[in-house]
Amino acid sequence: MSASKSSANPHPYPGKLIVVEGIDGSGKSTQLSLLQKWLESQNFNTFFTEWNSSELVKETTRRGKKTKVLTPLTFSLLHATDFANRLYHQILPPLKAGMIVLADRYMYTAFARDAVRGMSPGWLRNLYSFAVRPDLVFYFRVPIEVSVSRLLSGTRAELKYYEAGMDMGLSSNLTESFKIFQSHALAEYDKLVDEFGLTVIDATLEIDEQQAQVRDIVSKSLSSYKPKRGTHGRREALFWRRFTLPQSDRP
Amino acid sequence: MADEKRYFGGGLPYLSLTDLKGKLIAIEGPDGVGRSTHIEALQEWLEVQGHGVLTTGWTRSALMSKTIEIAKQGNILDPWSYSLLYATDFADRLEHQIIPALRSGFIVLADRYIYTAFARNIIRGCDRQWIRDVFGFAIVPDLVCYLRIDVETLALRVIESKKMNYWESGMDMRLGADLYDSFKKYQGLVIEEFDRMAEEFSFQVVDARRPPEEIQDALRAGIQPILKSRGRRRLERSAEKAVEKPDVTAVPKESASA
Repeated sequence: MSASKSSANPHPYPGKLIVVEGIDGSGKSTQLSLLQKWLESQNFNTFFTEWNSSELVKETTRRGKKTKVLTPLTFSLLHATDFANRLYHQILPPLKAGMIVLADRYMYTAFARDAVRGMSPGWLRNLYSFAVRPDLVFYFRVPIEVSVSRLLSGTRAELKYYEAGMDMGLSSNLTESFKIFQSHALAEYDKLVDEFGLTVIDATLEIDEQQAQVRDIVSKSLSSYKPKRGTHGRREALFWRRFTLPQSDRP
Repeated sequence: MADEKRYFGGGLPYLSLTDLKGKLIAIEGPDGVGRSTHIEALQEWLEVQGHGVLTTGWTRSALMSKTIEIAKQGNILDPWSYSLLYATDFADRLEHQIIPALRSGFIVLADRYIYTAFARNIIRGCDRQWIRDVFGFAIVPDLVCYLRIDVETLALRVIESKKMNYWESGMDMRLGADLYDSFKKYQGLVIEEFDRMAEEFSFQVVDARRPPEEIQDALRAGIQPILKSRGRRRLERSAEKAVEKPDVTAVPKESASA
């Protein structure tokens, strides 16, 4: 069994995998997109991938959520299927190609949320044991009140049924249910910090303050990283060395 | 207490199996061995005797059947998505069909069960223990009938009755140059896995090389004792009730949830 537990060991690929985690409204997606902007401006090749976004499964999850037929078990398995599909098609190829993969949520989301829904932590860890261990995981910690006010006043302006854990019958009031469910999720995340060595960022700070911290930590972890040059980055001299074309014929 | 259902592995912390009165019978065997034909006949036989019967088939969940179709068209390439798609399908049927039916006292005939997933996924490179742990939420059947056949006879039968198809030939694994070669290699591996599990999980092995009537008879002979134990239990129960008070609760209160 140990041989298959790739999630327990550092990955062997030349690329880097950086993950952001946190409850809804923690601002993690904003921070990740700012990080990507910065990395790109430093000429790194990045690849972005998002939780629950694979072509194969997204539609099924959407339908399952809409018709409210998902149980804690099928909710969990569907997200794992989505993850497996993206790991194979989106995460591993760029990692092997030496790119920096930026993942908005990773298996820790399942460990936190699905555990709150009643799935056993041991089962969840086995389920995701085929995952690649990230090089860096940022956890954006935020109090419930802050995330609620961000979600209600922000671009989304409404809480979603499953995000609020309404399937668990915690409360018939959406906001109330959200608060209860996400508080449980927060408690689960806090346990994960130690278990998996997540890097905690205080998500109540100003956006630019958080981003400065994130960039600082990322640049340190990239110190030993040798970025592959992009498609246009290969040096002319090196490229033409293989050919015996006369100097004059070179473009 | 011998009747208690139990989880295959860790189980679901939020779901207790205490009140599942029905019987769960899984029919396993390689592709094309004739499972569905026999299940149809079994259902008929059981219903004539007055049993409520629910048949549930692999990939037939409301949630996943379409998704799996799409995935198959695009060739699922990695063993994890492959395994998890089927695990999700099974989970949906378990919670929405199998458990409610068992709770209402139905006999559930499962056309394939987790053992099919184990065989196929292990052949595709999944870790044996990983996939078993994933399916830890499954209920251990009261009986697993394994229709056993040799791969030569199976190949002939499949060619005669229907065509060999891409997935049943394991063509995604590139085991052979053409459908026939690949079918034989793939189903050979499937049969090997089933044989191994037959011992480990005490399957009721039925020789599926025989004529259909004999196979059906063998299946019924295997199932009959389970029905008896069910009848006896019901009698014991009503006897207990008769002592306490006249049977007001003849209709179980859970029956509405089917």
